[in-house]
Amino acid sequence: MSEQQENQIREAITRAIAENEVILFMKGTPEAPACGFSARTVGALQSLGVPFAAVDVLPDPRIRQELSALSQWPTIPQLFARGELIGGCDIVTEMYETGELAEVLGARATPESPTSPTVAAGAPLQIENRL
Amino acid sequence: MPDAADIKLRIEAAIPGARAEVEDWTGGGDHFRATVTAPAFAGLSRIEQHRLVYGVFGGEIGGPIHALSLTTISE
Repeated sequence: MSEQQENQIREAITRAIAENEVILFMKGTPEAPACGFSARTVGALQSLGVPFAAVDVLPDPRIRQELSALSQWPTIPQLFARGELIGGCDIVTEMYETGELAEVLGARATPESPTSPTVAAGAPLQIENRL
Repeated sequence: MPDAADIKLRIEAAIPGARAEVEDWTGGGDHFRATVTAPAFAGLSRIEQHRLVYGVFGGEIGGPIHALSLTTISE
């Protein structure tokens, strides 16, 4: 693996976080989460009805490596809103239960401003847009 | 492989004044759940509090410690 490829992955991650108002890096997909922690986080987002983009980190181990280096957060899932790391499964679950998550996400994520998960051809990340 | 008692001791040794309750979530020695209470959390965001605890274990999180589920309480 070349340094250039890693930079490309890091840039794609940075861009995905910047371009998607709410984005979840997870194991598996929202339909088929590959880990209980990712499943629980998706569940919280879906029950709030917040549109979110999702990136599966499993296809390439470098996605997780570069993401954790960027976010200074060691585990997956990782939820970002408006460019900021909100947290992993524990924090998202806690915030969901206290109503903070709805406040942080719901109050601003309007149906009229969906995220734009347009990915350039050959981009190293697979981004899906989810309601 | 770390066990729950080992993780508790390491958290309490690394974070001044911390008290930790740690359980092995699955019994498999790699998924742990910890509740950590510490004065050092005062004034920190939840993210920063969790980072402080994750920082005790560095690269072991996601490695030998597959998951460390956290609840942090500031005192």
